[in-house]
Amino acid sequence: MLIMDKIRFLLVCSVLFICHSTQAQKFTVEKSTVIFFSKATVEDIKADNTKLASIFNTSSGEVAFSIPIKDFEFEKALMKEHFNEKYLETEKFAKATFQGKLLGYSANATGVQPVSAIGKLTIHGITKEVTIEGTLENVDGKINAKSKFNVKLEDYKIKIPQLLWQNIAEQVEVTIDITYKPL
Amino acid sequence: MRFIFILFFSMGCTIALCQDDLLSELEQADKPSKEFVIATFKGTRLVNGQSVEVKSNGQLEFIFAHRFGRINDGIYELFGLDQAFVRIGLEYGLTDRLGFGVGRNSVDKTMDAFLRYKVLRQSTGPKAFPVTVTAFGNMAIRTSPRKEDAAFDITLEDRVSYTGQLLIARKFTRSLSLQLMPTIVHKNTVDRRIENNDQVALGVGGRVKVSRSVALTSEYYYRFNVPTKNPYYNSFGLGVDIETGGHVFQLVISNTRGLTERAFITETTGDFFSGDLHLGFNVTRTFQLKKKSK
Repeated sequence: MLIMDKIRFLLVCSVLFICHSTQAQKFTVEKSTVIFFSKATVEDIKADNTKLASIFNTSSGEVAFSIPIKDFEFEKALMKEHFNEKYLETEKFAKATFQGKLLGYSANATGVQPVSAIGKLTIHGITKEVTIEGTLENVDGKINAKSKFNVKLEDYKIKIPQLLWQNIAEQVEVTIDITYKPL
Repeated sequence: MRFIFILFFSMGCTIALCQDDLLSELEQADKPSKEFVIATFKGTRLVNGQSVEVKSNGQLEFIFAHRFGRINDGIYELFGLDQAFVRIGLEYGLTDRLGFGVGRNSVDKTMDAFLRYKVLRQSTGPKAFPVTVTAFGNMAIRTSPRKEDAAFDITLEDRVSYTGQLLIARKFTRSLSLQLMPTIVHKNTVDRRIENNDQVALGVGGRVKVSRSVALTSEYYYRFNVPTKNPYYNSFGLGVDIETGGHVFQLVISNTRGLTERAFITETTGDFFSGDLHLGFNVTRTFQLKKKSK
């Protein structure tokens, strides 16, 4: 019985150690910008957000993002109000999230590495399986991540009134730029 | 055997703990923050009167408001459509909480200027506050009648009136907002047989959103201590707000034709329940003059 306890103790210790070492391979956001851009006949709409939170586990490739919708800043205050109140319904769906795996990243490689993120993108309370292409680059122990992709408003049940269809594009371009630092 | 089982079991457990969900880890790190409630009302007007909303810094609102004649004037006046009482106004956001505006109403040819300040903001999260409170004050000058047409030797001072209001609103749900409006109107010169210089009123109003862009509104001002010979009525109005981008259209029906506080709170001429109703609308267009600095 005593031996068993000892072994169990050692086992817990070693597993804790493993846990600890995997945590060291987690990266979190140092700096981020998310830009969305909608190009339409009447007016181009652009908003940016620097409040993105993310964790990237370099050993497992797992990655998660969380973007507070209310922190998108627009040129016009009324656009921000409509964006939150009418289109993204921020009071109900405060965040856009992504959870998935990054494929193609090597912690030792130098230069820009093309990667793809496969996982679940949730916007406006709707979750879709997506593959997002992007690049990663190791720079002085930090990782720069860049991606540009399109989001179709219809896919996430973001409805634009008929009267405004010329003002708002059916799909918006999202640009993400993150600098990760070790956690 | 039991030992091996426990070993595997505990290993499995800890491994599962290791591979915790990154998204929930993110959420745990995220502290709840204080959020100010937005869009209590669509417009700066509820129906005839003010709402707690203030234009943001650098926003200019052009408001064109309009009341037809009485519906019960019948077909000869095309149910009031032959007449029109107009207020044209501008309002500018000096900061996100302080607004300034001017306007002219054709009723009594009145010029008005006002300031409004959002004193308190409804918020959620830590240290949440339940209501939004906006202080509103205006000064209005009726330029009618002309000096030579007046019954007595009228001076500029006689033409002036002031309004002070506290607008207290709460957005209860995404679709329901209610507002209380304790109000005092001071008129420099009145006919003392029918009214007092200082008149106190309490307004109540609210809106219910019926879709993302359409809301129903209502507003009523109750006047206190009204002298028995006073010929005026309490003002009541119903409206439909339709919002399309930078425009807000408010279609209203009300027993008042005036669009300055003095006129609609203290000098409403129509009896709502006798059908002295005016159709009308407020149309606003918002322009962003100052771009947000990045």
